[in-house]
Amino acid sequence: MEKVIEIRNLSKNFKDINAVNELDMEVFKDEMFCLVGPDGAGKTTLVRVLCGILKPDSGCFSIFGLDGRKDRNKIKRRIGYLSQKFSLYGDLTIDENISFFAKVHNVKEFKDEKDVLLEKMGIEKFGNRLAERLSGGMKKKLALACTLIHSPDILFLDEPTTGVDPVSRREFWEILADLKREGITILITTPYMDEAERCDRVAFMYNGSILSCDYPHIIKEKFDKRIMEVVCSPIREVYKYMETIEKIESIHIFGDRLHLVFDEVKISVQEIKEELIKRDFNIYNIRLISPSLENIFIMKMEKRTGE
Amino acid sequence: MKKIRYLIKKEFLQLIRDKKLLLPIFLAPILQLILLGYAVTFDVKNISFSVYDMDNSYSSRELISDFTSSGYFVMKSKMDNYDELEQNIQKNKVSMGLVIPVNFEKNIKTGKTIPLQLIVDGSDANTSTIGLAYAKGVISKFNQNLLKEKKLPLKVSKINAEFRSWYNPELKSKYFMIPGVLCLLLMLVTMILTSMVIVKEKEIGTMEQLIVTPIKPVQLIAGKLIPFIIIGFIDINLVLFVSYFWFGIPIKGSIILLFVLSGTFILTTLGLGLFISTISKTQQQAMMTAAFFFMLPFMYLSGFIFPIENMPKILQYITHLIPLKYFLIIIRGIFLKGNGFNLLWDEFIILLLFGIGIFTISVLRFRKRLE
Repeated sequence: MEKVIEIRNLSKNFKDINAVNELDMEVFKDEMFCLVGPDGAGKTTLVRVLCGILKPDSGCFSIFGLDGRKDRNKIKRRIGYLSQKFSLYGDLTIDENISFFAKVHNVKEFKDEKDVLLEKMGIEKFGNRLAERLSGGMKKKLALACTLIHSPDILFLDEPTTGVDPVSRREFWEILADLKREGITILITTPYMDEAERCDRVAFMYNGSILSCDYPHIIKEKFDKRIMEVVCSPIREVYKYMETIEKIESIHIFGDRLHLVFDEVKISVQEIKEELIKRDFNIYNIRLISPSLENIFIMKMEKRTGE
Repeated sequence: MKKIRYLIKKEFLQLIRDKKLLLPIFLAPILQLILLGYAVTFDVKNISFSVYDMDNSYSSRELISDFTSSGYFVMKSKMDNYDELEQNIQKNKVSMGLVIPVNFEKNIKTGKTIPLQLIVDGSDANTSTIGLAYAKGVISKFNQNLLKEKKLPLKVSKINAEFRSWYNPELKSKYFMIPGVLCLLLMLVTMILTSMVIVKEKEIGTMEQLIVTPIKPVQLIAGKLIPFIIIGFIDINLVLFVSYFWFGIPIKGSIILLFVLSGTFILTTLGLGLFISTISKTQQQAMMTAAFFFMLPFMYLSGFIFPIENMPKILQYITHLIPLKYFLIIIRGIFLKGNGFNLLWDEFIILLLFGIGIFTISVLRFRKRLE
């Protein structure tokens, strides 16, 4: 597959914080690539370096085979960037915002394209409304339209759905799926695991490094631990007790249930069940589940922090 | 070039919609003119005074009427003793007291020197100094009249200093202040507003968006600054218009020269505005920095309010570093004296050097920040 982004040994520091730490990564053509990680993992910094807003301290990267440092201006023409916060002119209308970005990108004939985009985003009725009077979801869609007006080949989206209501979020993802079908490579960052599952490939980013990077199903296949879901009460007590069993590697609370991560070689399903039953806990349900990306990511993070 | 045009167009679109910015741009000039033209006045007229006339003779009444007919003094009361006079000053009823001693007339006739007492309320330094000077004038005129009347030969040759104020014969402060308003406005629009508008772009995050477009930093700077140059010149016209048609202050020199030299000053203020934008994160911070670290020191140290000659030596040296000082000399020169370019050379060169220096440093710093 054709590589459109190649990152080698890239570092970016802010004073004594290594926001991006000797990172290697590749993004293939036409894929939707997801950078997922907690706040402060370095996702935004990485995207900003790739878009040419920040200068890397060391290492190199190329986009479409163009050098990230030397060919910055050539790269700029072919990428679209949607930053984390709403960054359009609130005191200009939707039409004016799109027209402005079309003009500064040297797009001459943009009227038709603008109408198409507005319709795609479902905001064609509000062309004359000031951008600041739009709802959060519509603002994001407008921002997306502005980054698409010059028909970029790659789209960098930095946490586009943070602070957007669930309905708009779903619509937003449908639009992204359409864009991908049209042949736009998308690099998206998100703190939400459910969004990561919708992408082609996922990179777990933590403390400036990538812990693992692959297709979601392969990440799951590679995971050699089992996960048991226990619905029980009082959940804190169960949690505290299970923590004392050293053979269980990791325990996470998800609302009214616990996820126990364990290695079948060390402890069997039956043994865990016995442990739970012999105490006086109220157990409503016990079952083995297939690991989600979230389980795997938390495990990997714990492992990294423990090292 | 086209991109700069779009940027400028966008900037004006935003300005028209931003009431917060629009107000200072066009209302401030008028407000400032009215405030500084009317309210802030150093003119002293109608100084109230009380008299304690111990002599109560023809000559003493003559002296008092000289005071009142001068136009600068208004007699409020006659006192019968010294204490009352003192109380009147203390209670702020009058700002000056005149004490005429006994035998005033008698001593005049015999040609003796007569001590007069004049008490001024020093708590209002401005009024009291000017009042004293006026009083001296009245008294020396009284002296001269005496000499003429009595045809007394002058035994001692006297140096008679007479003060005459040129260019602003009545020493009206509005003549002095209104050219200053022009400077203030140019600073407000081209320094404070420019820095705020650039920082606004950073604040709302659009700067980041612009960096990712093919706009070059130089185009971005031009697109940001040109609208404010235009507004700056519109404001100059506004001030000239109001000062001529409302205050009746004629511009003695060439208006074209005024525009050209204002351009040199704008170079400095735009540079400072750009510089402030590189060190500020929020609009508020930009405004505070511009107002407290640049505008106020400029006003205090340029001779705009306080005469530079009255400052301590160290401060006088510092004033050489204040670009506004040179621009004030230029603008007052053109406005009040009708000075031509031949007389304003020095100031022009210094101002130009300041402008080029500050502007270049700021542009370089701004570009570095973007990259």
